[in-house]
Amino acid sequence: MSSIEVSSKSYETDEEGYLVNLSDWNKEIADYIAKTENVDMTDQHWEVINFLREYFEEYQIAPAVRVLTKAIGKKLGAEKGNSEYLYGLFPYGPGKQACKIAGLPKPTGCV
Amino acid sequence: MSATITAPAYRVIPIVPVLKPGAMEGSGPYVANDKIQEALGFPGHLVDDWHDQAIAKMGELLGKYRSLAVYMDSCVHCGACSDKCHYFIGTQDPKNMPVARQDLMRSVYRRYFTLPGKIFPKLVGARDLTREVLDEWHNYFHQCSECRRCSVFCPYGIDTAEVTMAAREILDSVGYGQKYSNEIIGKVHKIGNNLGLPAPALRDTLEGLEEDVKEETGIDVRFPVDVKGAEVLLITPSADFFAEPHIDSLIGYAKVFHAAGTSWTLSSFASEAGNFGMFIGNYEQLRLIALRIREVALELGVKRIVVGECGHAWRVAYSFWNTLTGVGDGADPNDQFAMMLQKQLDHRYKQPVHICEFTLDLIEQKAISFDKEANDKHIITFHDSCNVARGSRMGDYPGGQFDIPRNIIKAVANNFYEMNPNTTHERTFCCGGGGGLLTDDLLDVRVKGALPRMEALKQAADEHGVNFMACICAICKTQFSKVMPYYGFDRNTVGGVHQLVSNAIKLGAK
Repeated sequence: MSSIEVSSKSYETDEEGYLVNLSDWNKEIADYIAKTENVDMTDQHWEVINFLREYFEEYQIAPAVRVLTKAIGKKLGAEKGNSEYLYGLFPYGPGKQACKIAGLPKPTGCV
Repeated sequence: MSATITAPAYRVIPIVPVLKPGAMEGSGPYVANDKIQEALGFPGHLVDDWHDQAIAKMGELLGKYRSLAVYMDSCVHCGACSDKCHYFIGTQDPKNMPVARQDLMRSVYRRYFTLPGKIFPKLVGARDLTREVLDEWHNYFHQCSECRRCSVFCPYGIDTAEVTMAAREILDSVGYGQKYSNEIIGKVHKIGNNLGLPAPALRDTLEGLEEDVKEETGIDVRFPVDVKGAEVLLITPSADFFAEPHIDSLIGYAKVFHAAGTSWTLSSFASEAGNFGMFIGNYEQLRLIALRIREVALELGVKRIVVGECGHAWRVAYSFWNTLTGVGDGADPNDQFAMMLQKQLDHRYKQPVHICEFTLDLIEQKAISFDKEANDKHIITFHDSCNVARGSRMGDYPGGQFDIPRNIIKAVANNFYEMNPNTTHERTFCCGGGGGLLTDDLLDVRVKGALPRMEALKQAADEHGVNFMACICAICKTQFSKVMPYYGFDRNTVGGVHQLVSNAIKLGAK
């Protein structure tokens, strides 16, 4: 198993750098993972990360891209409620990259 | 990872590429861990006596599948297949020539199962099964998408996909599985779909879609779940509930059902059309996944089963559901549940039916109509998905699987152009992400494997201004939206056939 070290504590990850224990997550770890992904975290990024975590808390899975864009659109204005905006924040794809930073499991399947 | 991966240059003259031996060595996928393996009943890690067990498994498969034995014996190395594989074209690794990839197994077969190979191994190209050979299998048999394009050109009709499936089955049996496929199969058993989407999340997503469609059209189009007594059970890939552009096709199916007045339902228990049991060549997994659909069909009492846009799912549905589950004729007469389902289904219709057959049928009866101008911003081409093109059929005549989706596109849109005929219909190129390869750890091979399709699309874009490639497979959609940017295309250049249907269908009137 792989691991990452944040503030001299070690956290278990899978081969791709997703946290194994979801309860390990904290903001520092999110910042650390974001750095490894070359994502500079801003308030806009945190809006997305926080929504993902809230949704996961309720449904045990990350939201569909459409659910996410709609929620962001409602919160931040309709001009931001689209996947172009999310790809701008998370260039590797909002589904996977944002989940990784949010400490959530990777969506699998044909996505 | 993405920063280091680049697309190969388009070829000036698309012929056999220069060889780069070893180019894709060590590019194989992550190995499944013990948890993932054991959930499917496979050993958790590579067993101590893997050599003997692997040979025993190979013997078992050769006995069980006569076809495999024929494929092992009959290749004459004529070379007709060698330059037909998208992974070979894109990676230039000679071991990705279909003949060479198969020979990784054929050489072992000769050593242990033929007399000359047992006596003079070197003379007949027979090899011992060493750890290096096993690693090579894991690497290169996960650089084959089981798309069977090479088989079209094989004068002996060798189904190379079956060789890949056998290799993966042997690897699983000795505890050397692939993380991506096996993790996903585990999720189907545990949660009901490849995605791991639990029922409450599915309902929430579908309610959101009802709101969206209402907002956009002013009409209440329903996305029903678990409705007993519905006429149609729709089985569709879980990516349709989650990903872009997939979800637009799901909206398309719902609008078709609405416009036709068909009562239909999704199932939260069998919320997956995909069946990765086929990718790993494991009959038992194939069957267990398929049985979830039968269980729900019986429980809900549906009369028809319709399959959404998913390539390999349609192959499984069309070619295997009949004997596996009783959807379609041919199950064991002693299988009482299969017989029960046979009686329940309405045989005035095909069982199962593809959503494209369903929609085109309504179009031909003039039961639904379209505002074709709604698709005028799209100049459209169609990508035949490998498992639909070469592993199944639609309609009542050979080649129906090629015409039916195209006829839908022509009925709902004004601008349609074909790509180079050497890359369509039964000669279609795989998207580069099929067969259990649609995972980030294989992104390099996926980008490279998309080369021939991207070349054909580029040509169509240059000649006709094509800006939209429609397809009917969840894997193709995800793969293209991921790799297209490497080739200079916008990721929205790919979409579903029912996305186009959704854009143009008239909902108010018939």
